[in-house]
Amino acid sequence: MKRSLFSIFTVLVLMGLILSACGPGATEAPAPVEPAAPAATEAPVEEQPAATEAPAMVEKTVVIGFTSSLTGSQEVSSKRQVNGLNLWMQQVNDAGGIKLSDGTVVKFAAQTYDDESNKERVQELYTRLITEDNADFLISPYSSGLTAAASIIAEQNGKIMITAGAAEDDAYKTGNTSLFQLYTPGSLYLISTVDMLKTLDPEAKVAIVHENDKFSTAVVEGLKPYLESHGFETVLEEGYASDTADFGPVINKIVESGATVLLGGGHYPDGSTFARQLYERKAGLKFVSLLVAPADSKFPELGDAALGVATSSQWELVATHTPEEAAVLGKEWYGPTGEDFAAAYEAMTGDKPTYHVAGGYTAGLVLQKAIEDADSIDPEKVKAALEAMDIFTFYGGIKFDTSPEAHGLQVSHQMVVAQWQKNDAGELVRQVIWPADVATADPLYPIPAPQ
Amino acid sequence: MQQINILLASLPDGILLGFVYGLAAMGLTLIWGVMNVINLSHGPIIALGMFGTFFLFTRLNLNPYAGLIPVAIMGLLLGVLIYVIAVHRVINAPHLSSLLATFSVNMIIIGLGTAVLTTSPYNVDFSAGSFKLGSATLLGTRLIAALVAMLFTGGLYLFLYRTRPGKFIRAVANNRSAAELMGVPSTRILALSFGLGTMLAAVSGALIATFFPFNILSGGSYELKSFVIGVLGGLGNPIGALFGGLILGMIEGIIPAFLEQSWVPVIEFGLFVLILLVRPSGLFGAKK
Repeated sequence: MKRSLFSIFTVLVLMGLILSACGPGATEAPAPVEPAAPAATEAPVEEQPAATEAPAMVEKTVVIGFTSSLTGSQEVSSKRQVNGLNLWMQQVNDAGGIKLSDGTVVKFAAQTYDDESNKERVQELYTRLITEDNADFLISPYSSGLTAAASIIAEQNGKIMITAGAAEDDAYKTGNTSLFQLYTPGSLYLISTVDMLKTLDPEAKVAIVHENDKFSTAVVEGLKPYLESHGFETVLEEGYASDTADFGPVINKIVESGATVLLGGGHYPDGSTFARQLYERKAGLKFVSLLVAPADSKFPELGDAALGVATSSQWELVATHTPEEAAVLGKEWYGPTGEDFAAAYEAMTGDKPTYHVAGGYTAGLVLQKAIEDADSIDPEKVKAALEAMDIFTFYGGIKFDTSPEAHGLQVSHQMVVAQWQKNDAGELVRQVIWPADVATADPLYPIPAPQ
Repeated sequence: MQQINILLASLPDGILLGFVYGLAAMGLTLIWGVMNVINLSHGPIIALGMFGTFFLFTRLNLNPYAGLIPVAIMGLLLGVLIYVIAVHRVINAPHLSSLLATFSVNMIIIGLGTAVLTTSPYNVDFSAGSFKLGSATLLGTRLIAALVAMLFTGGLYLFLYRTRPGKFIRAVANNRSAAELMGVPSTRILALSFGLGTMLAAVSGALIATFFPFNILSGGSYELKSFVIGVLGGLGNPIGALFGGLILGMIEGIIPAFLEQSWVPVIEFGLFVLILLVRPSGLFGAKK
């Protein structure tokens, strides 16, 4: 009896480990998630009465397939990305769609599923989106890890995938030709932060502590040589598992290393936990920059633990890009202004947009521009339009690498450094502190010691 | 020298955390010891304890430690309910039946929890201060949690050894048929035991919520730790579970001083397999 109990017990623990790695509900049948944007048309093709001279109006609904993490570790940022995409879809459909020269009116419909923040689930669902739902174009899931899984399926099936919320570089350096990246690549993520540190404190001792996932590791791989080339001493480099809850031992290591600056983090759950424990343990750092988490509007829920924490941001409303900026750079401006986008988003959700929202919206905007430029929804023509694209939007510059070595990698978009500071009313607000020419506040350096 | 300093700073923290791990494992091992049921709903119940603290703190402004009382009562009642609905009918069936029954409860709680509470992280914004002890920074929340865990362990010990229902529980654990022949109401005692096990899980969750953010899936990792602690401390030995928890907490404090944090689960579960191989009754002996 006892022996059989032990056997069962051992099997259970192993199963538990496997299940926890795979995420919840991996065996459930996928249920389509209702898109927030209204469906444009019921029938895929609807004949319109022909005008005398103009080409016959034909309405075509293009299906955009994507998964979102409604549950699991990527939920917070993924939902925001999808909210942005849905806003774009709602706006373009409400405006009557895209009108092509042959009379076709292109409208959009979303086909989406909950990927549960699970890579295996992502591959299963993207296969389904392509083969069963006949998605015309794909948008990536949120996070580099999930996007890497989805990109294999997109590439195998030759489907164009606009990748939002996926900064890691490697997926574009393996011969893929169907992926087009919106985010500044991970290897360049913390470059602006290092540039800022160079002016603030060239003697800073840096600890790099990061989540052990594709994105954060890619960021660190790009960061290390840049720090070295700028003469910074890295006194600690440490990775941690994505589900780490207790950062006490890591913080003790940071303190013991003599670091004055911490660069690292990963995603929302670990980053917010890390920030809270740094504050509780009075780590005494002069500057803390974490990936992703501080860019979310939930971050101030940490209270004073959020004060002074900085992040590299793909976009900030207070430093949104403008048509004037595009004119100076000699680039074509496309899409709404940041203020219009933010107002529409707030009207839809009651929340202020973060860069994840902006990324989701811009993913749709880029596809819209490519269809307009191609004057077609033919995938090859749209792909050619994406490869030729060199535009400026409220989100920043969009241009893709077209070399075989890094096809689809984003080469135009720039990041800013944002930091949580207190305004005159004592409320936490996210200020842009670098680059200096777009900064809305001076850097809080060193950050105030916890009381 | 630097590593020794890190070790000295991290070890007290690990020990304090170990008390809470021990409390969580005690609930699992109590149920196992009394009725040979592996409670796979243990993790979600830990998570419900976390949410209990969160809602009592944020909605009723109840101090998290005062909130332990309603959380404990709710945990006890929930356990009795789970026993009556899902476990009692399969208590004498092969082990697989009770495993599936508690796994179903696990899935129901996670499913409902995900639908209602989502999987976004929740945070109890509560601090009990901190103080320096040499190179170590001790958090008030962890210190209080360790004290509460010790109180609950002492209370459980007294209950099992000094009260009539406690003695009944031990009698049923020892030999259910003989206990029934002596007039012990075994069904009620089994329900009470299951309730006590879930109460300990809920209380440990309530304590963990004071120092880590959480969501409905967060109990899973503590359930796995409880399995390891169960093996370390001895299967069915609730007091041994506390010591098992302390050992695990110390391991979590020691390893990061010498290796990367990501090695912690590798070594923890390596130890689990090793103990199963060389001393399957646990370091402190299994239930006799």
